[in-house]
Amino acid sequence: MPRINSPAELEELRKDILLKRDQNKPCIAVCTGTGCLALGAANVVTAFKEEIKKQGLEAKVDVRETGCPGFCERGPLTVIYPEEICYLQVQPDDVEEIVSQTILAKKVIDRLLYVDPITGEKIVHESEIPFYKNQMRLLIGNNTKIDPKSIDDYLALGGYSALSKSLFEMTPEQVLEEIKKANLRGRGGGGFPAGMKWETTRNAPEEVKYVIVNAHEGEPGAFMDRALFTGNPHSVLEGLIIGAYAIGSHQGYIYTRHDTPQLIDNIAIALTQAKEYGLLGENILGSGFSFNVEVHLDIGIFVSGESSALMKAIEGRTPEPRPKYIHTSVSGIWEKPSNLNNVETWANVPPIINRGSEWFSSIGTEQSKGTKLISLAGNISNTGVVEVPMGTSLRKVIYDIGGGIPNGKKLKAVHIGGPLGGSIPESLLDTPVDFDELAKVGAPMGAGGMIIMDEDTCMVDVARYFLNFLTDESCGKCVPCREGIRQMLKILTNITEGRGKEGDIELLEELSEVTRDASLCALGGGASNPILTTIRYFRDEYEAYIKEKKCPA
Amino acid sequence: MDDDKIDKIINKYQGDASSLIQVLLEIQRENRWLPKEVLEKVSKKLKVPLSQIQHIATFYKAFSLVPRGRHEIHVCTGTACHVRGAPRILDAIHRTTGVGPGETDSDLKFSLETVNCLGCCAMGPVMVVDGKHHGKIAPAKAEDVLKNYD
Amino acid sequence: MSEILLQIDGREVKAEEGMTILEASRTVGIDIPTLCYHEKLEPYGACRICTVEVETRGRTHLVAACLYPVEENLVVRTRSEKVIKIRKMLLELMLAHAPEAGVLQDLAQEYGVREVRFEKEPSFCILCGLCVRYCAEVKKKNAIGFVDRGVRREVSFIPEIASKECRNCKECFSLCPTEALQARFLLTEALMSPSPSFEPKSEE
Repeated sequence: MPRINSPAELEELRKDILLKRDQNKPCIAVCTGTGCLALGAANVVTAFKEEIKKQGLEAKVDVRETGCPGFCERGPLTVIYPEEICYLQVQPDDVEEIVSQTILAKKVIDRLLYVDPITGEKIVHESEIPFYKNQMRLLIGNNTKIDPKSIDDYLALGGYSALSKSLFEMTPEQVLEEIKKANLRGRGGGGFPAGMKWETTRNAPEEVKYVIVNAHEGEPGAFMDRALFTGNPHSVLEGLIIGAYAIGSHQGYIYTRHDTPQLIDNIAIALTQAKEYGLLGENILGSGFSFNVEVHLDIGIFVSGESSALMKAIEGRTPEPRPKYIHTSVSGIWEKPSNLNNVETWANVPPIINRGSEWFSSIGTEQSKGTKLISLAGNISNTGVVEVPMGTSLRKVIYDIGGGIPNGKKLKAVHIGGPLGGSIPESLLDTPVDFDELAKVGAPMGAGGMIIMDEDTCMVDVARYFLNFLTDESCGKCVPCREGIRQMLKILTNITEGRGKEGDIELLEELSEVTRDASLCALGGGASNPILTTIRYFRDEYEAYIKEKKCPA
Repeated sequence: MDDDKIDKIINKYQGDASSLIQVLLEIQRENRWLPKEVLEKVSKKLKVPLSQIQHIATFYKAFSLVPRGRHEIHVCTGTACHVRGAPRILDAIHRTTGVGPGETDSDLKFSLETVNCLGCCAMGPVMVVDGKHHGKIAPAKAEDVLKNYD
Repeated sequence: MSEILLQIDGREVKAEEGMTILEASRTVGIDIPTLCYHEKLEPYGACRICTVEVETRGRTHLVAACLYPVEENLVVRTRSEKVIKIRKMLLELMLAHAPEAGVLQDLAQEYGVREVRFEKEPSFCILCGLCVRYCAEVKKKNAIGFVDRGVRREVSFIPEIASKECRNCKECFSLCPTEALQARFLLTEALMSPSPSFEPKSEE
C-alpha cells in the first residue's frame, strides 16, 4: 500500500478505488457477526465461494463477509447487491439456488424473503423490512456495505474524510468546539457531554495525554458495541484519531475483551492498514500530527468497564476503581490526563465533523442528540441491534422494530441499562429513548441494553439475577458495595426460595440507599437500581411472594 | 509448561510490568491453566510482587489455577439468555457432568464456565462446547449434546 | 502551600492545600471515625466509615473524608442525619463478619447500633487491607495480598514469602482491627511447616 501524504492524495486514492469498482457488479454480502456466525454463517460463506468458483464466476461476482446489520433473529443474513435483495436464514443448501437464480437469472427467491407477519406481504429489499425501515441507521447502516477487513471499502464510502478535514481545515479548538456544539453525550452509560470531557483533558497541565476506546461492553445482554466495532472498525478509529487531535494526545489505547477473536482480528487489521496508508502513526497525512494506538486485551468482568478500574488494568494492575474526586480526565493512566469514551461515542465523531454540529443536533431531543444503538433482546420477536434517533418511544422500538412479544404473551416490563439499570412497566412504554427521561423513571440508559420481559417473568427473580451478577462482577474493595450487595442478594434469595418475611422490603430499601450513597464507585452507586425500580413498580409482586411463598408470575 | 515458552511470551512484551495481564492471558491460552511455578517465574521476570499476580490471577475467571478439563463448556448467563431459561441449562449440565460453574470434574473431562454475553442473544439460551455454539437449546438437548464427548 | 478556608460542622477551619477533609478535621480535634485509614499508608477509601456530607457549589455529596481534598468554602458535616444512618448500616454489615471486634463494638455503642439484622457469618475480616498495604507500602515485602473479587474477596499470605519474612516482623498483627490476621497467619504457618509424611522431598 502506498503512503498517503496529503488530503489531495487521499482524494486521489479514493477516486482510484471508486473507479476500479463497478457499482453494478453483483455482490453477495453475508453477515459474519457473532449472531450469524453462531448460526453457521461461516459455512454459508464457504458454500458461496465454492459455488462461485464452480460456476467460474470469480471475476464477475464478489462475496463479502460483513459485520452485523442487526437483524440477528433471522440470521444467517445475506444481502445481494446492487439490488439490495435481503435473504433471511440462509443455509448452505440455499446457496446453489441463490447463485443460479438470483445472481445469474436475476430472479428473487420468494421463500427466503421476509414475510410481514401482519399483511403476509413478502418484502424484497432490506431497507423496506419493518425492522430496518423504522430505524435511523447512521452508525450501523454501513455494516453490510463494507468488509471490515478492507480499509478501501471504508474509503470508498468517504472514510477518513473527516480526519482529513479536521487536520487541514480545522484547528484542534475548532474540532473541540464542534463536538461541544453538537452536544454529543457519552454512550457508555453516564451520558456526560463528550466535548466537556475532551476539554478537561486538553486543558490538563500535563504534556502527555491519553485517549482510550472503551470496547469492554461488560453489560450482560448488550452486544451493540461489538457489532459496530467488529463490523466497521475504521469508523471508531477515525473518531479516535480526530479526538486525539482535538485533545492533543499522541497515544491511544483500545481496551477490549480477549474473548471476541473476530473483533480483535478486525481491530488489528484496521490498525495495520491505517498505518500503512499513513492515516495513523507519524505525521498523519503529512499534517505533522502523530498518533499511535495500542490494543489492550482484557477479560470481561463488569467492574473493569469503570473508567478508573479500566485504566488500572491498562497499567497491568488489578482493576479496582479508585475514588474519582480527581477525574480520570485529569489524572488517569499513570496519573496522566486520560480521556475515555466508548465505541459508539467515538463512531459519532466523524459524521459530526463531516456534516456539522447543526446537522447532528437536529436529530434527537432537547438534551439527547443523535441516534442511539440498542441491543434488543429477551422475550422479543426480533432480537437484534437497533439504531434509532433519540426521542423514539420505547413502544416504537419494541413493537414497530422489535415486532412485539412472541408466543402471544403480554409485555410485562422492559429492563434498560443492565445491572445498574432499572425495570419499568408497560404503562411507561411511551417514555422516549433519552438520557434524562429514562433516568427520571428509574431506568438510566446505561450502554443501551434493552431486555424485554413477558408476563411470565418474575420481577423479584430479575432483581435477584442482577444482584447475583454483581456479587461476582464487582471488585469487593469497599464495604457498602460488597456487603450491601451480599445482604441484598441474601434477602432476595430468601424471598425467591419461600423464606421471605415481613420487613424484608423495608430492609432492602434501607440497604439500597446506603449502598447507593456510600459506595466508592458507580458500580456500587447503581447496584441497587434493579431492586429500587422493581420495588417501585412491582411492589405487589414482592409482597405476594413474601406472603404466599411463591411468585404470582 | 516449559521455560522457553514462558520466556518467549514475556520477552514479546519486553518484560514490561504493565503487560502482566497480557502475559498471563497468553500463558493461560497456551497452557490452559496457570501453575504456581509459572506465576513465580512471571513475578521474577516482570518484577511484580507475587501477591499482586495472585490477586489478578484470582480476580478474573478466565484464569485458572488448577488444570482444566479436556472440553470447555460455556453457558451464556447474560440477561437475555437468563430470561430465556439459562439456569435450567446449567442444572441439566450439572445433572450430566456433575460440574457447576467454575468447576472441573475429577476425570478432567469437562470444565464449565458461565459467560455474560456472547453477542448472539437471538439464539438464547446458548451453550458453547469447545467453541461450537448450540443455540435455543433445551435442557434435554444440552444433556444429549454432552453425551457425545469423551 | 496556600491556605484554604472551609467550614466543618459549623466551625471555620484553616487547612493547607492538598490536605484531606480527615486531616483538616483532625487539626481542630473534630473526630471522624476510620477503620482502613493509616497515616503511614496511601489513603484507601474502602471501609467508608469516614463518610461525611459536603456541600460544594450548591450541591450536596457524600464523600470519604480520608480521600476528599479540601476546597475553599467547602461546607462539611461530619455527623448529619444521613451520615449517621450510613455509619450505622456499615457497622451492622461489618459486625456480621466480625462480631467480636472491639473497635466495631465501640463504634456500635457510640452510634447506637443495637442489633445486627443480618445473619452472622464470621470471617473475622472486614477487608480493610491494612495488613496488605502495610506489608507492601511500608515493609515492601508483599508477603500478604488480596485474592479473588466481589463477595469472595479475602486476604491471603503468600507462603513462600511469609515463611521467610513474617516470623520476625509481625508488625501488621497490631494493625488488624479484628484479630483475623493472627489466625490466618497461624494457619499459613501450619500449612508451611514441613510434613515429610505428605511431601516426600526430592533429592537434595
